[in-house]
Amino acid sequence: MKEEKIIKQVSVFVENKPGRLAAVTEKLYEKGINIRAFTIAEAGDFGIIRMVVDKTDEAYKVLKDAGFTVSLTNVLGVEVKDEPGGLYSIAKALGSANINIEYVYAFTFGKDKALIILRVDDIEKAIEILEKENVLFKGKVD
Amino acid sequence: MYWDPNVEKMPLKDLKALQERKLRALVHLAYEYSPFYRRKFKEVGVNPWDIRGLEDLSKLPFTKKQDLRDNYPFGMFAVPTSQIVRFHASSGTTGKPTVVGYTSNDINIWVESMCRSLTACGVSRNDIMQIAYGYGLFTGGLGFHYAAERLGATVIPISAGNTQRQIELMKDLHTTVLACTPSYMLYLAEYASNNGVDLRETKLRMGIFGAEPWSEETRKRIEDKTGIQAFDVYGTSELSGPLFTECVEKNGLHIWADHFLIEIVDEDGNLVGEGERGELIVTTLTKEAMPLIRWKTGDITIMEEEKCNCGRTHPRIMRILGRADDMLIVRGVNVFPSQIEHVLMQIPEVGEHYMIILDRAESGLDEMTIQVELAEKAFSDKVSDILKLEKRIAERLKSVLNVWAKVEVVNPGTLQRFEGKAKRVIDRRKI
Ligand SMILES: [Zn+2]
Repeated sequence: MKEEKIIKQVSVFVENKPGRLAAVTEKLYEKGINIRAFTIAEAGDFGIIRMVVDKTDEAYKVLKDAGFTVSLTNVLGVEVKDEPGGLYSIAKALGSANINIEYVYAFTFGKDKALIILRVDDIEKAIEILEKENVLFKGKVD
Repeated sequence: MYWDPNVEKMPLKDLKALQERKLRALVHLAYEYSPFYRRKFKEVGVNPWDIRGLEDLSKLPFTKKQDLRDNYPFGMFAVPTSQIVRFHASSGTTGKPTVVGYTSNDINIWVESMCRSLTACGVSRNDIMQIAYGYGLFTGGLGFHYAAERLGATVIPISAGNTQRQIELMKDLHTTVLACTPSYMLYLAEYASNNGVDLRETKLRMGIFGAEPWSEETRKRIEDKTGIQAFDVYGTSELSGPLFTECVEKNGLHIWADHFLIEIVDEDGNLVGEGERGELIVTTLTKEAMPLIRWKTGDITIMEEEKCNCGRTHPRIMRILGRADDMLIVRGVNVFPSQIEHVLMQIPEVGEHYMIILDRAESGLDEMTIQVELAEKAFSDKVSDILKLEKRIAERLKSVLNVWAKVEVVNPGTLQRFEGKAKRVIDRRKI
């Protein structure tokens, strides 16, 4: 049952050269894979694309076959409450349990749903906390 | 196993006495028959009678690559062309070409030297040797070819390139020994595994790699990846192609002292102390067509005169650390690309291919960038992990090179692969 609480993020290493980003999205587009969330973390000569897609395994395979360095990363989705301080209370709950948030990005899907994607250092413990807070997203992204 | 045990195990004292006799003969012959050497000797005021023993060698001038260019094509020869049975030539990427001639004795000594070497590293008549060095004017292919045949081994003279066919023939003809450059071996191993061929399942048991400097770490990588034994080979087109290999001890290459006299000198041309690195200088004691006296090879190495565990008394040189002219000067510090390779090979998170890029900043300071491929298993979705890896590599490089380099990791498979000599340095500095 754990699997459904965890979202598989596709992480791709890209050199900071023109056309690399476009090459990644083009490969996915060709296979009819939809990107639901997308962010890129840059560091000078390289960057890491992080994304959530509808057909994860297929995306992994197509990028790997195209010669990209790809990995699947376990991340968590948190349903954002439509009120100020929503993220703050989550961060505080995780923080007081000594869980580090490695990175965060936003994610909208469906008609009106908005999620925050969290990458944490202790995913098991984070699931426990977030379930207690009743904010953990469960289900499949498509 | 020895090819010529009486000579290979000759006591060092006798070997040196033999060298002295041959050296005395050489200087007289060169003075008599080579206008080039007569002129050179006169320039420094030395007479053949001044050269009595090995300690007199340093009275003689060096012979340099430029001398070969200046005297192209026949000015270096000490015999009439009617006695020459073969020419080898190099195209000279930086100027005029050079040509080397061989009498039939010269060819014989070349083949005999290589037979001793191949036997020393374990090749026998039962082996099937695939020669993936270039054939033709380049000495690599033919040098291996004739020695392997004289040994009684089976030769596959495939020459360089066409990796698909190399692997096909290797499987079909049960190749046991492969001779090629180390960078081509890495390329071939990668190509094989990408195409579903496990080299461990072939009969290939050893490789003899040379024509470019490589490191102990590259040896380990090749051996771990393919399960073969990897040996170093040395020779230069001017001395004769491949001549010397490591013996089974893998602790230096035996230089056949009855034919070649070696010295190691520093940048000023003075002999270095025991065990110190410097440029390899070779005097050919028995070459007839084009004797070379104190030939500056341009290769940096260390000499070892201790008797080897294999029983051979002939001195050894350690693997070539780099070319004197490959030496990069970065912010006034001497850097050999082989040192960089050495460091990178010890870091499992990166691959074996790399590029060195040199730039000069507006401030006038040199900037060295090392590009290296990120190993698949080392990829992390966290930027900080990759930055940490780059930093760790940069620190290791600094500790060895004494100069900082910027490290850039790139996608696996994206750096250039070299089938022949690797050209890993891009120098964009404007002097
Ligand atoms: Zn030995």
